[in-house]
Amino acid sequence: MDLFRSHVLVCAGTGCTSSDALKILDAFEALLEKHDLQKEVKVVKTGCFGLCEAGPIVIVYPEGAFYSHIKVEDVERITEEHLLKGRIVRDLLYKESIEEDTIKAIDEVGFYKKQQRVSLRNCGMIDPEVVEEYIAVDGYQALAKVLTEMTPEETIDVVKRSGLRGRGGGGFPSGLKWEFTAKAEGEQKYVACNADEGDPGAFMDRSVLEGDPHVIIESMAIAGYAVGADLGYVYIRAEYPIAVRRLQIAIDQAREKGLLGKDIFGTGFNFDMEIRLGAGAFVCGEETALLNSIEGQRGMPRPRPPFPAIKGVWNKPTLLNNVETYANIPQIFLKGPEWFAGIGTEKSKGTKVFALGGKINNTGLLEVPMGTTVREVVYDVGGGIPGGKAFKAVQTGGPSGGCIPADYLDTPIDYDNLISLGSMMGSGGMIVMDEDNCMVDIARFFLDFTVEESCGKCPPCRIGTKRMMETLDKITEGKGTLGDLDNLERLAKNIKSSSLCGLGQTAPNPVLSTLKYFRDEYEAHVIDKKCPAGVCQALTNFYITEDCKGCTLCKKECPVDAIAGEKKEMHIVDTDACIKCGACVDKCPFKAIIKK
Amino acid sequence: MKTIAELNKIRQESLERVNLRHDRKGTRIVVFMGTCGIAAGARPVLMALIEEVNKRNIENVVVTQAGCKGACRLEPTVEVYKQGEEKVTYVYMTPEKARKVIAEHIVSGQIVDEYAIGAYAE
Repeated sequence: MDLFRSHVLVCAGTGCTSSDALKILDAFEALLEKHDLQKEVKVVKTGCFGLCEAGPIVIVYPEGAFYSHIKVEDVERITEEHLLKGRIVRDLLYKESIEEDTIKAIDEVGFYKKQQRVSLRNCGMIDPEVVEEYIAVDGYQALAKVLTEMTPEETIDVVKRSGLRGRGGGGFPSGLKWEFTAKAEGEQKYVACNADEGDPGAFMDRSVLEGDPHVIIESMAIAGYAVGADLGYVYIRAEYPIAVRRLQIAIDQAREKGLLGKDIFGTGFNFDMEIRLGAGAFVCGEETALLNSIEGQRGMPRPRPPFPAIKGVWNKPTLLNNVETYANIPQIFLKGPEWFAGIGTEKSKGTKVFALGGKINNTGLLEVPMGTTVREVVYDVGGGIPGGKAFKAVQTGGPSGGCIPADYLDTPIDYDNLISLGSMMGSGGMIVMDEDNCMVDIARFFLDFTVEESCGKCPPCRIGTKRMMETLDKITEGKGTLGDLDNLERLAKNIKSSSLCGLGQTAPNPVLSTLKYFRDEYEAHVIDKKCPAGVCQALTNFYITEDCKGCTLCKKECPVDAIAGEKKEMHIVDTDACIKCGACVDKCPFKAIIKK
Repeated sequence: MKTIAELNKIRQESLERVNLRHDRKGTRIVVFMGTCGIAAGARPVLMALIEEVNKRNIENVVVTQAGCKGACRLEPTVEVYKQGEEKVTYVYMTPEKARKVIAEHIVSGQIVDEYAIGAYAE
């Protein structure tokens, strides 16, 4: 085997791929060949590193030099300076990794320092399309251990003792689910993996599938052994083409190596896997709708019970776990359930991946121990809010979750704390909002999503969310009354208690939590007919302040000629004619145009 | 795959593929590779160091490179940083000397005085 003195890791997750990562890879290959370094330096295509804000990302080991925002043109300098002459190209490094005279390695920068990567541990470290790299980092060792040393009962016991809870949203204890499926009656059983990641802004499952697909294969095989299943289905949305492709490559490689198929490790255990593509309906992330969709039926939920553990795919007992849940399994077996249970809080063990987005400096994926506070995630890992703006709230759990206001910044994040605040863990989406966000508008945004995605099977969700939406529209247009707020609250509670599945049961959460913590903003909309954040168009107008120098730029820019004024004199906006497009604000060099 | 031995064999063979990708802990061996170093023959020295480290399966050792450190007349130079110890600078290196440094300094902990910079100081 060739010996390499340096490894160049190029992120080829979805984010970086969409900004030229593949061209950067090609450029490295070409330049290394030109400088005759291809036998010394190896280029590796990896999954997502998590700090998507800084993409495309290139990391050079052994130094751990962390290059961010790399363009194809930069590759030449990195090759000639760093790889050929050993001089790190400082101006291309991630800004935070340079501190006075020293250059910090990737794991020393703020974004990674507080993280503890368990389910993401291989993402960005190995080439997801090479099974040997996964094996080199202890891949399939857990499966070998389980198959050769443990009984199915002992296997389930380990998962139970670890305290692992489902990472897809509900937080149900995984060990119990495994046990129910194992004890269910039936010759034929299945395991399934929920990779129908539908929350807007959440992409941890995609990242695992793209960056470390073999971990899912290994875990599902372990689960199959534990519950007595010989076939696993991965239900993944077709909108994740890179994830689908890499998982298929991984499955093929595992079959070729005999890690899937008949008589694995000579133990007589057979297991194989199939991919099922989803069409991207949010409701198919709900477990019973997902099962229907796997069978080729319309993606609509079934009443529970019976739970999938009793009647799942093709009415056979089925163990269904989420991608992130599976991604924790091998580590639990290699390091022991006590190790896992030692991380996190009393009732929420281990780590959780969050997809951080919205008004935050370090947009990306991070993994922290349960019990980390919201403040640590937003300020220490997330790097705070751009432009020094004030934190207003963080929305967790996507359209099923709620908003957590600034008063609760120091709440340790775990399943139960979030529920008691009126939000939920969900899949781990985290959207940060600052003073410029209108909370009524945010609630409307999420509700708009659930109205679209409601499958229509049960009336509370189908009709109720639509009525809520109409009420919110009224409020944001300045036509709401105080009575609307009470109606909204009552309707929300009814929908929660009477909907068939998780989609309807959680859809009112964004409205309820914003009503609870930001009622003053709702009241400003209905009583004062004002939007305090200046977001709701019908309630805001544009004004020109005394800072106006009369440069006429805004006047020229206005598409409806609603701005009047002579050269070098203060201009005014005709608020009746104004269509509130905001074009003038962007054009004004003196920041003299304000919304209020 | 029928046995764990097979899995472990692949693991062993593939370790080299990934073991560079760790944080900077343990021993660091730096080869100075400015124009002067390269011209004086630093690259064969570097490759000899890497080969030797891999051949002996030494863990927690990183072989890396740096630019010119200013002592161009002494090139090729190599520095060894062991945790908790003073760094040692070796000068006028060759691939043969490099292999000896790995064997004596890195493996046995005996600094090769005759190659160290002190031996050449006026």
